[in-house]
Amino acid sequence: MSGHVRQARVRLPLPRIFPVGCYAGRARVLVLRSALGYRRSWPVLVSGFFEPVFYLFAMGQGLGRLVGDLPGPDGAPISYSAFIAPGLLAASAMNGAVLDSTYNVFFKLRYAKLYDAMLATPLGPTDIALGEIGWALLRGGLYSLGFLSVMGAFGLLGSPWALLALPSALLVGFAFAAVGMAATSFMRSWQDFDLIQLVIMPMFLFATTFFPLGVYPRSLQLVVESLPLFHAVELMRDLTTGVVHAGLLVHVGYFVVMAALGTIVAARRLRALLLC
Amino acid sequence: MSALRPVSGKYGYGHTSHSLVGFVRPPGYRRAVSEDGFNSGSENGAVLVKARGLSKRFGPLEAVRGIDLDVIRGEVFGLLGPNGAGKSSAMRMLACVSPRSAGSLHVLGMDPDVDGPAIRARIGVVPQLDNLDVDLSVRENLQIYGRYFGLSRARARQRAAELLRFAQLADRADSQVESLSGGMRRRLIVARSLVNDPELLLLDEPTTGLDPQARHQLWDRLYQLKQHGVTQLITTHYMDEAERLCDRLVVMDAGVIAAEGSPAALIKRYSTRDVLELRFASQVSRPTPTELAGFVERVEELPDRLLLYADDGEAALGALHRAGVRPRASLVRRSSLEDVFLRLTGRSLVE
Ligand SMILES: Nc1ncnc2c1ncn2[C@@H]1O[C@H](COP(=O)(O)OP(=O)(O)O)[C@@H](O)[C@H]1O
Ligand SMILES: [Mg+2]
Repeated sequence: MSGHVRQARVRLPLPRIFPVGCYAGRARVLVLRSALGYRRSWPVLVSGFFEPVFYLFAMGQGLGRLVGDLPGPDGAPISYSAFIAPGLLAASAMNGAVLDSTYNVFFKLRYAKLYDAMLATPLGPTDIALGEIGWALLRGGLYSLGFLSVMGAFGLLGSPWALLALPSALLVGFAFAAVGMAATSFMRSWQDFDLIQLVIMPMFLFATTFFPLGVYPRSLQLVVESLPLFHAVELMRDLTTGVVHAGLLVHVGYFVVMAALGTIVAARRLRALLLC
Repeated sequence: MSALRPVSGKYGYGHTSHSLVGFVRPPGYRRAVSEDGFNSGSENGAVLVKARGLSKRFGPLEAVRGIDLDVIRGEVFGLLGPNGAGKSSAMRMLACVSPRSAGSLHVLGMDPDVDGPAIRARIGVVPQLDNLDVDLSVRENLQIYGRYFGLSRARARQRAAELLRFAQLADRADSQVESLSGGMRRRLIVARSLVNDPELLLLDEPTTGLDPQARHQLWDRLYQLKQHGVTQLITTHYMDEAERLCDRLVVMDAGVIAAEGSPAALIKRYSTRDVLELRFASQVSRPTPTELAGFVERVEELPDRLLLYADDGEAALGALHRAGVRPRASLVRRSSLEDVFLRLTGRSLVE
């Protein structure tokens, strides 16, 4: 039967990292499924766009009057709005990805038994992991595009390099979604999600989103510099202000590793949980 | 791959009672069941599921303890047993979503450990617990499920329309699944399991929790599938369901198979033709099994009644009456699989 041939062919892309039979190459059908499912709950989608925009107006315009200008990545002064906007861009890429890959995935995994239904088809755990991460990514990407447009409209994009902020936001979203999904696979109850908030919230506030790294003593700077959101904020801020240098590749590398590890752990954990 | 086979127009549905797009095999297809309903011919005897010493352990618990199964193309095969017998554990191994702990297993001639996705592409699964996609409508549930199997968008849409008709849900196509009744949800899950035109259908307790009318409706659908040669493996703890649907079944208890055969053969082998049920006003007026031994072949004591096994129940009742036995109520009925189970395990199927 041609079925054997099909399976053999589509199984090839990730042969070594994932055990045989874990990947049917149809992750995009899951993205399609999410898009269909969200059509009826579009207010949820829209609210995710406005959140960082509100932050930008409240903090940038309101608080910005009191703060004045801050030194930008290259030392030249930039407005407070221009300073926090890339931070908010990075944070919204993180938040969108984490929300989708944690609460939503947990519900589908433990309550709706949706992944069990999918595994009764040729789909494997890797299709599920990549498909769900892919949707989180797409959603985060749309928010980033929207927010970048707002930044452009308010003259907060200082350089054409800012266009690279969009693929960067996608990479950041991928990495956070993958790690979020991997973490979710270890959650036993809704209470455990407070732990995620405990990580996300301080990162949002302290990872140089709202003020520069220089305000910290050196010991705390080292802690902040290890946080993923710090790398995302730095990456976005350098790109939107046009301060492009080889150091940006370090940030990119950080997220590539984070995305790869997250995806592998997520797929393996799904396999252990669902195929037992 | 049969799931992707285009269905030609001449196998239209709805015109005759027996034709149903997707379930009618084209002329060249290996037919499972001959016209008279019996397996015949070379391909028809094909063994779709072959298990030997199949076992499943969860830590210290051995849920399935070395069972042998042969499911033959075209038949409806039953796994009858009480809750906790290991039916679902066995089904999950056959469905390639649970690796076996020991023994050998072949489904459609392939080993689930090696060819899981290839097997899953050609079987249909109705799980014990509802797992419909609550974010999607009834129609979308079928379409997206078809896409999981690799159907094209157009083919998935067409298949969904056919299956909505089959499941008698065409008028609810755009409803959200939460708004469906239990029976409708179950029919939708059965329809969903058919989206890839499977050669083998695994149904885990398909009618548990449904009201009598909904059960009959579902049985009717399953019977129609059988008419079209779809091989089915059904687990149940309802003896009436097993008796009604299954050509052959195994009685399963505590992870092992206690007996195997057709419902009629099992009843013939492990029970008498009739059963005489006697209820007494009090335990004092209730005769002991030894007192009754001379009148019938076998006596089972249940808390609320005695079951007396005899080939002629009426005659046995008359004889007991003449001997002065005065039950408060009596009933003569035909033996059922429930009696077989009681005989084999000493317990009732449904506690
Ligand atoms: N994933 C699991 N982990 C641990 N024990 C399980 C698991 N699945 C089933 N069991 C146990 O295996 C036994 C058989 O269960 P099951 O196969 O569901 O029986 P049935 O379907 O006949 O009711 C039960 O004792 C059940 O608690
Ligand atoms: Mg069960």
